[in-house]
Amino acid sequence: MPKNKLCEIDHDKSVTTDQTQADSGRTHKMAPFIEVANLSKSYQRDGFEIPVLDGMDISVEKGGYLALMGPSGSGKSTLLNIIAGIDRPSKGTVKIGDTEITSLNESKLAKWRANNIGFVFQFYNLIPVLTAFDNVALPLLLTKLSKAERKKHVETALNIVGLGDRMKHYPKQLSGGQEQRVAIARAIVTDPQIIVADEPTGDLDKTSADEILVLLQRLNQEFDKTIIMVTHDPHAAETAKTILHLEKGELVEETE
Amino acid sequence: MKLFFLVVKNAFRSKTRAFLTILGIAIAVVAFGVLRTVVTAWYAGVDAAATDRLIVRHAVSFIFPMPYAYRDKIADTPGVEEVSFANWFGGTYIDQNQFFSRFAIDADTYFDIYPEYMLGEEELSTFKREQNSCVIGSDIASRYNLKVGDSMTLTGDIYPGEWNFIIRGIYQPQKKSTDASQMMFHWEYLNQRMLQDYPGRENQVGWYNVKIDNPDEAAVISTQIDELFANSAAETKTETEAAFTRSFISASGAILGAMNIVSFTIVGVIMLVLANTMMMSARERTREYAVLKTLGFSVPKIAFLIFGESLVISILGGALGLLLTFPLVEAFAAAIPKGWFPVFEIEVITIVLLVVVVLFIGAVSAIFPVRNVAKSKIADSLRFVG
Ligand SMILES: Nc1ncnc2c1ncn2[C@@H]1O[C@H](COP(=O)(O)OP(=O)(O)OP(=O)(O)O)[C@@H](O)[C@H]1O
Ligand SMILES: [Mg+2]
Repeated sequence: MPKNKLCEIDHDKSVTTDQTQADSGRTHKMAPFIEVANLSKSYQRDGFEIPVLDGMDISVEKGGYLALMGPSGSGKSTLLNIIAGIDRPSKGTVKIGDTEITSLNESKLAKWRANNIGFVFQFYNLIPVLTAFDNVALPLLLTKLSKAERKKHVETALNIVGLGDRMKHYPKQLSGGQEQRVAIARAIVTDPQIIVADEPTGDLDKTSADEILVLLQRLNQEFDKTIIMVTHDPHAAETAKTILHLEKGELVEETE
Repeated sequence: MKLFFLVVKNAFRSKTRAFLTILGIAIAVVAFGVLRTVVTAWYAGVDAAATDRLIVRHAVSFIFPMPYAYRDKIADTPGVEEVSFANWFGGTYIDQNQFFSRFAIDADTYFDIYPEYMLGEEELSTFKREQNSCVIGSDIASRYNLKVGDSMTLTGDIYPGEWNFIIRGIYQPQKKSTDASQMMFHWEYLNQRMLQDYPGRENQVGWYNVKIDNPDEAAVISTQIDELFANSAAETKTETEAAFTRSFISASGAILGAMNIVSFTIVGVIMLVLANTMMMSARERTREYAVLKTLGFSVPKIAFLIFGESLVISILGGALGLLLTFPLVEAFAAAIPKGWFPVFEIEVITIVLLVVVVLFIGAVSAIFPVRNVAKSKIADSLRFVG
């Protein structure tokens, strides 16, 4: 069982059953939770084929914390997006738990994302006209939770990121670091198993960045979230359990 | 819907833009409403026209008179119930800017044929008795603050000279579309003065008003009447009152056509304005919509946001416009010379049309942004820096 549960949310079981599957999968500890097999991605531009990812194999176990590093344009974001189900590969498969997400159609994939993935972006991507509370509540609007239940979950999530006293603030009334923490609260409010973060500290000063990194580590260790983070910062990557280096769409190095 | 609060917040995200767009729609709605009102006012005469009345006029033009002698011949035509007649007097009252219709009518029959000009029994009999008396519509009475017993002086142009009348009756309009801004006096009075001052101009009638038994027979009776005077010096043209009124309107048909086109052009222009606003907002929010999709929001849910926003703006604009249209039409009605239109008010059909137009504009304007959101890939939109 997970060490800590953020909240109980009745995810739509007709879409994915991998929560139970993943739970049973955890008994044999080393079975990969995220399995990327022979993944390739290329873009067509002016009739040319531009390869971005080339025959990539990655596996992350449940509760893993993976940092993706590499020069700009090496395909980190592309890889992260495909694993998180917001982009499609040209070839290969991504299997998460028992679900092969690369074969889901758009609407099933959308539901799968809502239930299984929390997103953290470099530029926070909060909705400026909504308060911190409403921003965090957004993903819960897709669930069957009552208003009171939603409120409870939002408050829990905001308390975890240390912003319980900023609920009524609008994004522009918050610092960058605080905005990113609201974004993390939004990512965890549905209690997803996986958190993906694309350069979550890329736009922050050192102090704020450290706060975010500590928070992610806590989510990984205390709440058993599987995390994949793209970063340019070696110091940030250090906080992960595993570091992968990408170069020109290929895996060049793996550090434990 | 749990998302409605976001719809409203989105609509007013850029306050100036929302305000300007709403104002634009409001102005268009006002313009549309006023133009439609003018057009419908123009046609109100046709709608008010009875189907059991024929107008007999000179075949060449209604400005040429016909002999009084036609009266009995028309009355003898099978199917004709009663015949009355009138002359257009013209002239001026007070000054050139006072417009209203002034007729010389056959006092004995006219109000039988036109029951929509409601006159008290006593007033009617006094009017019939006194040859220099006249009857005015209630609009004229209130406009010039006139009452029974007052005198009215007209200066003639077609029929030169000073003409003095005593008001003996004020008629009330039976329906809203009834023209309550006319003045009628004795044809006999006119005829006597013509006989005296301009011999040769007596016994002339501008047109005959013919009441018939059966509206279905209108065409047959019209032909029969016209045949009576075929090959005479003054051939006639007989048609239903509605057709007669329409022939007046057809003279201004080009203007009405232009007004019609303009009113719908306004709708087209404002649709482009709102569509443009919606495109701009949706484009600025490319990343936001991508984030919502990332969080698992389906395209229909995002479409709800965009359609909702567009409709909120168009409905607010429409409501504001409608609120402004009423006082404006009233001001317009006060400003145009009285008597130009028997009725000048916003019709229900105009309001219905406005509501439909406003909803249509709101919905159509959202189509392109929604299509863009549906087509775009999340990963591409997240990279979008707008
Ligand atoms: N929609 C697209 N069409 C064409 N090429 C694209 C598209 N999206 C990404 N690319 C290309 O794919 C390559 C990898 O992009 P990606 O964003 O994954 O790199 P990255 O490693 O995240 O870089 P950075 O560190 O700058 O964020 C780049 O060369 C980029 O130009
Ligand atoms: Mg990137």
